[in-house]
Amino acid sequence: MAERSFAREVQDLKLGEGEIFRGEGILAITKALLQSGVSYVGGYQGSPISHLMDVLADAKDVLDDLGVHFESSASEAAAAAMLSASVMYPVRGAVTWKSTAGTNVASDALSNLSSGGVTGGALVIIGEDYGEGSSIMQERSHAFAMKSQMWLLDPRPNLESIVKAVEDGFALSEASNTPVMLGVRIRTCHVHGQFVAKDNKKPAFTLRQAVESPKRDVNRIVLPPAAYVHEKEKLEKRWPAAVAFIKERKLNEFFGPTEGDVGIILQGGMYNSVMRALQFLGLADVYGNSVVPLYVLNVAYPMIDDEMVEFCLGKKAVIMVEEGQPEYIEQSLHTLLRRRDINTKVSGKDLLPLGGEMTAPVLIKGLTAFFETHARVLLGNRPPLPDAAPVLADPKVKALADVVPQRPAGFCTGCPERPIFAAMKLVEKELGEHHVSADIGCHLFSILPPFNIGATTMGYGLGPASASAFNVKADKRPISVMGDGGFWHNGLSTSIGNAVYNKQDGVILIVDNHYAAATGGQDILSSRADNPERSTKHPITDAVKGIGVKWVRQIDRTYDVAKMRDTLREALTSPESGPKVIVASSECMLNKQRRVKPQFNTAVKAGQRMVRERFGVDEDVCTGDHACIRLSGCPSLSVKHTDDPLKDDPVAAIDNSCVGCGNCGEVSEAAVLCPSFYRADIIHNPTGLDRFLARVRGAVISFLQRRRDSRRVVFPA
Amino acid sequence: MTRHETFPTARLATVRPISVAILAMGGQGGGVLSDWVVALAEAQGWVAQSTSVPGVAQRTGATIYYVEMLPAQDGQAPILSLMPTPGDVDVVLAAEFMEAGRSMLRGLVTPERTTLITSSHRSFAVGEKEKPGNGIGDPRVVVEAAGIAAKRIIAFDMETLATKNGSVISAAMFGALAAAEVLPFPRSAFEDAVKAGGKGVDASLRAFSAAYDRTREKPRDTVSGEPEKALPPLPDHVGHAALDALVTRIRKELPAEAHAMAFAGVKRLVDYQDVAYAGAYLDRLAALTALDAAHGGAAKGFAFTTETAKYLAVAMAYDDVIRVADLKTRASRFDRVRREVGAKGDQIVYTTEYMHPRMEEVAGTLPAGLGRFLEARPKLFRAMDRLVNRGRRVRTGTIGWFLSLYVVASLKPIRLRTLRHEREMAHVAHWLDVATTALPQDYDLAVEAIACRRLVKGYSDTHARGQSKFDRVLAAVPMLTAKPEGAAWLRRLKQAALMDEEGKALDGALSTAESAYR
Repeated sequence: MAERSFAREVQDLKLGEGEIFRGEGILAITKALLQSGVSYVGGYQGSPISHLMDVLADAKDVLDDLGVHFESSASEAAAAAMLSASVMYPVRGAVTWKSTAGTNVASDALSNLSSGGVTGGALVIIGEDYGEGSSIMQERSHAFAMKSQMWLLDPRPNLESIVKAVEDGFALSEASNTPVMLGVRIRTCHVHGQFVAKDNKKPAFTLRQAVESPKRDVNRIVLPPAAYVHEKEKLEKRWPAAVAFIKERKLNEFFGPTEGDVGIILQGGMYNSVMRALQFLGLADVYGNSVVPLYVLNVAYPMIDDEMVEFCLGKKAVIMVEEGQPEYIEQSLHTLLRRRDINTKVSGKDLLPLGGEMTAPVLIKGLTAFFETHARVLLGNRPPLPDAAPVLADPKVKALADVVPQRPAGFCTGCPERPIFAAMKLVEKELGEHHVSADIGCHLFSILPPFNIGATTMGYGLGPASASAFNVKADKRPISVMGDGGFWHNGLSTSIGNAVYNKQDGVILIVDNHYAAATGGQDILSSRADNPERSTKHPITDAVKGIGVKWVRQIDRTYDVAKMRDTLREALTSPESGPKVIVASSECMLNKQRRVKPQFNTAVKAGQRMVRERFGVDEDVCTGDHACIRLSGCPSLSVKHTDDPLKDDPVAAIDNSCVGCGNCGEVSEAAVLCPSFYRADIIHNPTGLDRFLARVRGAVISFLQRRRDSRRVVFPA
Repeated sequence: MTRHETFPTARLATVRPISVAILAMGGQGGGVLSDWVVALAEAQGWVAQSTSVPGVAQRTGATIYYVEMLPAQDGQAPILSLMPTPGDVDVVLAAEFMEAGRSMLRGLVTPERTTLITSSHRSFAVGEKEKPGNGIGDPRVVVEAAGIAAKRIIAFDMETLATKNGSVISAAMFGALAAAEVLPFPRSAFEDAVKAGGKGVDASLRAFSAAYDRTREKPRDTVSGEPEKALPPLPDHVGHAALDALVTRIRKELPAEAHAMAFAGVKRLVDYQDVAYAGAYLDRLAALTALDAAHGGAAKGFAFTTETAKYLAVAMAYDDVIRVADLKTRASRFDRVRREVGAKGDQIVYTTEYMHPRMEEVAGTLPAGLGRFLEARPKLFRAMDRLVNRGRRVRTGTIGWFLSLYVVASLKPIRLRTLRHEREMAHVAHWLDVATTALPQDYDLAVEAIACRRLVKGYSDTHARGQSKFDRVLAAVPMLTAKPEGAAWLRRLKQAALMDEEGKALDGALSTAESAYR
């Protein structure tokens, strides 16, 4: 079950004709899919599109009513392959993932799909994870569209436009027999806005009909000679069909005056930022009126040559606003104008930065330079621009740079992965540093303080594979880390199978927290929860043994730091050759707390005996060396200033958010740190026996305490 | 392409949206707060848009939510930005004090426009917590900067206020926003937005209301750096003959500047051992005071004596198993634990201590001769270590375990004859020797040498590492004696030693110092 319930959002999916949908961009897309008569949806979760998957996972009744098949795909490759249902049958399908990471994984299937072409509308919803808040490499999905001849929509970032883009996308796909990518940026996925809903549509042709009356056409399969035919088809039929459709349906937009010396060409997604920049320059207003002509590419690929030429003709210069690099559209524009011998000047990345987000300040700078060169008069009397520079130049503000701390993402309070890396730290102290290949997932936070463990990360499920070159005679073994998410995504074959086959003499640590936790706590094959919709509870150890690993250790409580450390040490020093796999399992604390906390509170209310555990630090025992923090980094383990005049440094302190996971105590015990930690067991609704025992113990203990206190000579407090 | 033509002569509207940026850390409810702001504006017939870039920041990282709002005009919805522009933000809400600092660093707070509403509480970042010394950023820098950057400041501890009212910080911040009257909506509209949210409404409204009133009454708390140390002045007498004798000695034998600190030291040592031990402390201190006075201490405010009063007490009250057992079994400690974990009424609390004694600790607690005897026999020592050396979960609330600790604590009378005590005192002697040797030539350096004792802390390995850093820094004293900037350099070395666990910063600082002075 996902990290949060989407029951309320599911209600939004049921809105009918004329009702107002209010909510997040990615949920608007989800609703738009149902309005478009989609037959099947698949995908792989990941920011910024996780919510699309999460809502549909909770929306079984809505989907059943409409006859929509929803699948949580094993990987983006599986999702992309799912679109093959639209090759022969007139069914609309949509898949989604985080890009470019996911598109990389999916690209084998996407290439095959776009080569053969589709009959039913095939839509790939791309969460373009670029710019601030991104968690992946900074690349553009645009390249995939160009190389495979898929079309790429990049609608203006408001709910109405992106909903329309979904509907247009399916129609465009069908009109041109080509899969269509719909790119939405991070902020657009999370933007809150509204649009007028339509009724959901049941697909006219069902998957059941398809599977019961199968069709095949060998010409749709990528094998010579069909593959050559496909290329011809792409160039001679599908591409022109797409261009005609985009022109006819006016998917791109034009704003501002028809006449003008200069103009701006922009990707749809850049629209709001460009308008804000123009507003600051006094060339537009907040309601969308612009003094400068704007050509908005809601279709980022393919370029519509005639529209482009029409926009450029008669203008002295245009500027292309295109985010990221390389500047594919700008390059095509140059080619186009050169071929047609049109002498309109083209600016773009000469004035705007090659990489990074096109924020308003960046655009103000670039556009000002553009207007100064080509249309100075437009800038008029230049209204004052928002400018933080004078404030930022003040020494008192500059001084902030030295005190405002970095806040790297880290493990949550009580995270079961923390003790794993604490154990690795302890082993490191004994056996020295090791090469550690990291992977994708929450466990990657180990590369940050306080653990600073992990050398490289090559992709999801590729941790052990990326250690394969180190399969050489050496006195130290490489360690690779992989999460349960990465393991099932592709790690089982690519990393474990690879290690078995090549007799990789290394240690593979699989972090099993019962969910795909980093993406929001979705279930996976090895999840321990009952999930009526999916088949879960398939142990990772079974899979690992099944594929041929001989040395396998399962640890069922990662908080046992000493055992964790000993197992790691054994794996690193064992005479056994071949891969040594440790599966370290404990439930993701974020999800566990969501599950357990309400149960605990209900039980306490009902008068049941319940024990809550939490940790504390004895302030006068703590010497303020913070060694515990360097082995933990738990948000609930912090420091506080003390008023003890004999202590210089702040002491450790545990706040009320502590969930009593036990890591603090285990670490201080295993690492022989200090005796300041204590665990407090708080017994709610104690039984008669509890009370009796407490009375007896209390009587004896307080007698002894009084005895000692009476003999103690101390200054009055 | 779809044409939305306007004429070049069209008059452009000059209105601007109201912009609100929310800086929060994962789990602080920044999303809830931005949802409330949007719901509030929408209920008032405005168009509102919020965006965020949670990404991986949802796990403890810092993140930013951004809201813009403006009424529609003639059915034309405004085009709102998806990210804040530096210099163009009306309200910044920061859910933590350093996040307010971050908002200023990002240029979101400018004196022409921005009302800065921030909680003054701190939630320390890993980088601040992990330093072996004090890595906490100085909040006064944020106060200073806000004075320059913000048009108006509302800053108080919204976290504590929210917790007191059974709610979370987002509700308190929403209350402060309402009271700030920077959004053109009445208080009731804010409350309606909270009610419409539907979750924990009563508690949220309580926190909202408390923050609203607080903002009206006292919108700004004074933010200080570190809290004051509890350093009461030397009393006239305390009503106990033996203790009064100590107080009188402090007054008679030590300079006034050192009285408060020496009193703190005496208190600690009486508590740690007994009156006689505190007397021994004063003996040492008095001797050092004479030396201090002989080398111009009066002109320096007897800094040497005061500093020694502090660190000699720390050094003499070293942390050993007897001390830990004593502290863990006190009645006051049992009460404090109950308070700290928030146990109520009939709830029963038991504590489990995580202890890991090693043979080193056992030998240290034996009489010095016996301890040395064992240490001289490594085989035997290792065999005994195998028996002792393991993690023990000590359930202090049970009679058996309590008794065990009680017995260990009762070893106090033999403490001054233990091996550990012998070693600690030898170490103290060496330390004071280095400092007093430097004193006649370089007063300031001698004071710094005393203060190096700060490096010795922690238990077992951590203690050993601290000790070795201390030794290395102290070893630099002869090299720095009577050199220009010598004291400043020693202070720098000490700071460097507190930067990281391994002592990398110290290595660097030492080699720089050596190249400068050798």
